[in-house]
Amino acid sequence: MANGNGNGNGNGAIIRMSGIRKVYDTGKIMVEALTGIDLEIEKGQMVAIVGPSGSGKSTLMNLLGCLDTPTSGDYALGGQNVSGVSRDQLAEIRNRRVGFIFQNFNLLPHISALENVEMPMLFGGVPVRERHQRAGELLARVGLGDRLDHKPTELSGGQMQRVAIARALAMNPDIVLADEPTGNLDSTAGSDIMSLFTELWQQGRTMIIITHDPALARRASRVVEIRDGRIVHDQVAAA
Amino acid sequence: MTPTKVAPRDAGPHLQGPRQTIMITFKDVLRQLIRDLRSEKLRTFLTIFGIVWGTVAISLMLAFGTGLHKQLVKATAGLGDRIVIAWPGLTSIPFEGLGKGRRIRISEEDLEAARSQVQGMNAISGEYTKSLRIDYATKTLPVDVSGVNAEFGSMRNLVPAAGGRCIDPIDVTQQRRVVFLGDKLAKSVFGDAPAVGKTILVNQSPFLIVGVLQAKAQDSSYNGRDADMMWIPSSTFRALTGAKYVDNFVFQATVPGQTKRVLEELRTALGKRLRFDSKDKEALGTWNTTEQFDFFDVFMLSFNAFLGVVGLLTLIVGGIGVSNIMNVVVEERTREIGIKMALGAKQGWILSQFLLETMLVTLFGGAIGFAISIGVCAVFPEQLVEYVGKPVVSPVVATLTAIALGIVGLIAGYFPARDAAKLDPVVAMKV
Ligand SMILES: Nc1ncnc2c1ncn2[C@@H]1O[C@H](COP(=O)(O)OP(=O)(O)O)[C@@H](O)[C@H]1O
Ligand SMILES: [Mg+2]
Repeated sequence: MANGNGNGNGNGAIIRMSGIRKVYDTGKIMVEALTGIDLEIEKGQMVAIVGPSGSGKSTLMNLLGCLDTPTSGDYALGGQNVSGVSRDQLAEIRNRRVGFIFQNFNLLPHISALENVEMPMLFGGVPVRERHQRAGELLARVGLGDRLDHKPTELSGGQMQRVAIARALAMNPDIVLADEPTGNLDSTAGSDIMSLFTELWQQGRTMIIITHDPALARRASRVVEIRDGRIVHDQVAAA
Repeated sequence: MTPTKVAPRDAGPHLQGPRQTIMITFKDVLRQLIRDLRSEKLRTFLTIFGIVWGTVAISLMLAFGTGLHKQLVKATAGLGDRIVIAWPGLTSIPFEGLGKGRRIRISEEDLEAARSQVQGMNAISGEYTKSLRIDYATKTLPVDVSGVNAEFGSMRNLVPAAGGRCIDPIDVTQQRRVVFLGDKLAKSVFGDAPAVGKTILVNQSPFLIVGVLQAKAQDSSYNGRDADMMWIPSSTFRALTGAKYVDNFVFQATVPGQTKRVLEELRTALGKRLRFDSKDKEALGTWNTTEQFDFFDVFMLSFNAFLGVVGLLTLIVGGIGVSNIMNVVVEERTREIGIKMALGAKQGWILSQFLLETMLVTLFGGAIGFAISIGVCAVFPEQLVEYVGKPVVSPVVATLTAIALGIVGLIAGYFPARDAAKLDPVVAMKV
């Protein structure tokens, strides 16, 4: 498999989490958002993470993507231990290994779709010309080949999420994380995005998607259910 | 569904070595920055305006202040270098049985006696004045002629233009027929041709021109403007006109600060010798020009202090403005910083963009401010220059002002930016 970043891990487990806890200290009260997560995700899986609101899904996702640091526990991403590394190393891990897709898109509003997609490659040190070309190709792949110069505000919600997907793929990451990617979209745009995810998965991507949508969950190869900060159900679909 | 029948995965972007990464990033920071500045037009405009305003205000204030100071000193020095001018008159106070209205006459000997009696007298020269007829080629005109000693020139700041000299001691002792010309007078007689070395007739006697006055500013006078006069040795003047007594005299204290005391002692010495009350301002009128200098010194000191305070206030106000804007920028951008960090931006990248942005804005604002200040000075009306001097913008002042404002903005923006870059990306993104 032509994975440029290669995890070099023989058994294919790209994510290994054990005993992960996350406690939010709000000053007045301590909120234990995750109470002990053990999770392994194989390369090429499409995992749906489901559960009621406030159960800790986003918290888990942020930890998986190295956007946040756990209170305790071990986490290895692509065979690389993530706990205890420096902020700059974390930034590099996010840049090379993780592609994010957020519910509220999190695009930079002042710059074009193309420039948004270029952004991770900018931080990754990809030369201008290649950056440009690749961003154009990725946008074409998500069906926005004719919207390269549009600012996010000039795009629909579905289109913005496509830009975000193209951006998530820019550095060819080991895992693609999506936190309720269809939560802000109407059902048509939502199902388009879901089809795109399925397509990406079929092309070999490792996808982890938080969703309330049973239809999307049903497309996944594995469904992980979270309640009150712990995994209560973990089901791999029959191949 | 079987993940085995997948289309070939893309190989991803071609990644660079660390060294090239840094170079690319620096260029990209600049590129990104220009984009950001463009997209945040109002904010950029306000920041630049703050720096432009501060630079212009301080540069111009100091330019006018320095110009005015130079002009005041120059114009006042046109009359002389901290001298006292004195002229004898009629007594107005009875003295030792002598009545009022007696004419006081001062001779060369009286002045020499005063010089030897008064402590701290640096130089003294009598001055004999008369309007005499001068002839050169076909030109004939009446000119105010002064007979003076060799010390007179330096006291009165009569600086000869290149190639000439003033009246010297030998001229006086040998009663030479030499003349020193005012610059305008020389111009009206000789045009642009050199005057030094030519001979003119003064009251029908031939005189050699030894020097021409270098043009100078002069805001006050007592015998007419120096530019229109001429000077000959006092001994020659007496021989030529038969004058025995000075019309006035000029002296200078060794220490300018002691001028007042020297003047008092001189009045006493002369009063004793010539028999008038030393307090009689009519018997001996005096004009102490050092008082004017004292006034200017105090005036300029207060003026500079005023400029300093206003300048400081401008810097503070400008600095607060710039730093406020920078602060707002960071707050506005914390979310953006969070997103960039989520995408893999390192702390250094975020901070260097901020630093570069401030530097560019400062550079740009400072340059505009400097240009505006220079423009204002360039269109400054010539007619006013004689009164308030020519304002000259100091590039150093403009640069320092812009840098000071830039540093304020940088400090104000740097810490919040650093704090934002220290947040976990999730936290920053939620702001
Ligand atoms: N930054 C935070 N500070 C304090 N508590 C938080 C924070 N983020 C999330 N939580 C709490 O942690 C729990 C899990 O939240 P979250 O992971 O967002 O749930 P979900 O995404 O499943 O809806 C909730 O009780 C939430 O209130
Ligand atoms: Mg959530």
